[in-house]
Amino acid sequence: MKTATLALENGQTFEGVSIGADGETTGEVVFNTSLTGYQEVLTDPSYAGQIVTMTAPQIGNYGVTGEDCESRKTSVAGFVVREASPMSSNWRAEDSFTNYLTTNGIVAIAEIDTRALTRVLRSAGVMRGVIATGDVSAKALVEKAKASAKMEGADWVKAVTCEAPFDWTAASAPQAAGVPAGPSDFIVPPTHLSPGATRTIAAYDLGMKWNILRRFTNYGLNVRVYPATTPAEEVLATNPAGIFFSNGPGDPAALDYVGRNAKVAAESGVPVFGICLGHQALAMGLGGSTYKLPFGHRGTNHPVKHLETGKIEITSQNHGFAVDPASLPKDVEVTHLNLYDNTVEGLKHKELPVFCVQYHPEAAPGPHDADYLFGMFLDSIDGKKQ
Amino acid sequence: MPKRTDIKRVLVIGSGPIVIGQACEFDYSGTQACKALRAEGLEVVLVNSNPATIMTDPELADRTYVEPLTVDVVAKIIERERPDAVLPTVGGQTALNLAIELEEHGVLAKYGVKLIGASVEAIKVAEDRQLFREAMTEIGIDTPASAVVKTLDEAMAAVARTGFPSIIRPSFTMGGVGGGIAYNVEEFREIAGRGLSLSPIHEVLIEQSVIGWKEFELEVMRDVDDNFVVICSIENIDPMGVHTGDSITIAPALTLTDKEYQRMRDAARRIIRRVGVETGGSNIQFAINPEDGRLVVIEMNPRVSRSSALASKATGFPIAKIAAKLALGYRLDEIPNDITRVTPASFEPTIDYIVVKIPRWAFE
Repeated sequence: MKTATLALENGQTFEGVSIGADGETTGEVVFNTSLTGYQEVLTDPSYAGQIVTMTAPQIGNYGVTGEDCESRKTSVAGFVVREASPMSSNWRAEDSFTNYLTTNGIVAIAEIDTRALTRVLRSAGVMRGVIATGDVSAKALVEKAKASAKMEGADWVKAVTCEAPFDWTAASAPQAAGVPAGPSDFIVPPTHLSPGATRTIAAYDLGMKWNILRRFTNYGLNVRVYPATTPAEEVLATNPAGIFFSNGPGDPAALDYVGRNAKVAAESGVPVFGICLGHQALAMGLGGSTYKLPFGHRGTNHPVKHLETGKIEITSQNHGFAVDPASLPKDVEVTHLNLYDNTVEGLKHKELPVFCVQYHPEAAPGPHDADYLFGMFLDSIDGKKQ
Repeated sequence: MPKRTDIKRVLVIGSGPIVIGQACEFDYSGTQACKALRAEGLEVVLVNSNPATIMTDPELADRTYVEPLTVDVVAKIIERERPDAVLPTVGGQTALNLAIELEEHGVLAKYGVKLIGASVEAIKVAEDRQLFREAMTEIGIDTPASAVVKTLDEAMAAVARTGFPSIIRPSFTMGGVGGGIAYNVEEFREIAGRGLSLSPIHEVLIEQSVIGWKEFELEVMRDVDDNFVVICSIENIDPMGVHTGDSITIAPALTLTDKEYQRMRDAARRIIRRVGVETGGSNIQFAINPEDGRLVVIEMNPRVSRSSALASKATGFPIAKIAAKLALGYRLDEIPNDITRVTPASFEPTIDYIVVKIPRWAFE
């Protein structure tokens, strides 16, 4: 088996074996604590520019299937696991995990102490790293990690947003992006549907996961998806029933144009909803600011408290930056808090029909506890006051 | 929500032994619960027929009765101690059965004693196969297909629907005599015919066999405010047909995609709600057809179970202790997580190791 090396900018190196494509890759090394959902992680555009370490000790047991993709292609810069399963035990499996890595050109390393690596990232914070396969100089790799671009200040959205607008409707969803709409067995029934006619919303693709689009369809909404750089005025001119800002990769502070679009959309009076990077963009558009978390939130077990009801939701999360509550203007209210570290997980505007969450109500991977937020957006479109 | 203030003295029912030394799983959970209740300032009265347990050590309860776990004896203890509540969910099925009997004999009503942790209704729905099946149909969750029949013709029609292999269970025969598994029509005709003649009421239950299907368990908790968490998923390496106690099991489950795991989690949430376990832990067993992914629920235990002991040790989440606190009216987010001490118990443990339980066979 071919060797591989992971080098961190702090000088630490880990020797393991290569389980993916040959070559070398650079990125921000982060860790994800999900026990299931590695394929959704590999295809989530929010991981662009990142080398993802899975803390679950064995990955690949259920293989991979085209049905579980969250976007057109894989986005992770690299992948790190403790042990890659050589077998796929699942009736939906079409390919093995390691073949999938190789086919998609993902440089990946296994047989390293992922617990030790996670401890480093958790105490020192996430940092830049390099994975290289074959015979390499560990020392040279450390220098490459040090010299690589930082996540702070980087615009990764332009690398993953769609090139042109497209429609995602119940009828076209499977074809819209040339992929299946997802296995029908697993569709969660919506909390409620709107009594009126089907409306079309506009969705900013900042690196959107497909399950968001699938959920909009399940809630009876048609979606026109726009590239991130589309001016909000152009979107508003089409009279959308609502505007959505998606999840996505990179530093929100580097995305002036997204923040500006969020501001114009929020102030237009059209109902607006945001998830993850979309939430951060709306916070910026409304006058707030973001900061980098030491090691981020990436996993499917984060407890979030909905302050209005006191209910706990177990949520899917993937973010390295967070909204600073002190930066928010008076007319923006915090609606959800993370019970691990009390960071902001949700916001709403007191006057305008604008709300957003930092976590992932669309799940994939993760629990479905927060699915009601899609129903709230539907109500907002129906003119019901939140 | 603050702790309920109407409970000052609580009777904890231990599991008793099957054979002395075999009740260790329930001793572990019962001991945790006693400690948790006393730490909350409650007076704990314990009854357990097994003196060879940790929980019957004098310092674990305010008063301990090492007495037979029968209605008569426990009724006398209730008469003498006048507890405000009985906690029946940390002593295995023995304790649940006793709680039902106490209710049916009017003992709980007579002395104004509340059941905490699980209601009589919830215990009955979980325990009675027919009630459970009906409850699952009501919430749209599959169970293995089955039919109750009284003639061989009815039996043949039923098996055409439920399929092979087929389990045949005659009603009211001692020790299930006359039942069996049929793999084809010939075997089925023979076993069903014999079962019908052996059953005193000439009735048999025909049930689809899920032998060979993948077997999973979820350990879940719910609080009084309907907050819900999965503590641990468990996958049996030995498939359906091998008893969980005899199986090699691993935590967490490894061969479910996220979509399949979340479908199971959603089902578990609906099941604990429908069965009506208001507070505490439950163990829910599922089977998945490895050919087409069909999910069926096998059973649910509205109490701390053997698997909870494994789940507690696998994750560090003290299920019995938290269950006892939830029974007192605390919410999950009001109870600190024992491991981190700074975050609440309202989370789903994620682990970076795999726990394997291997049965030890007594060949000596």
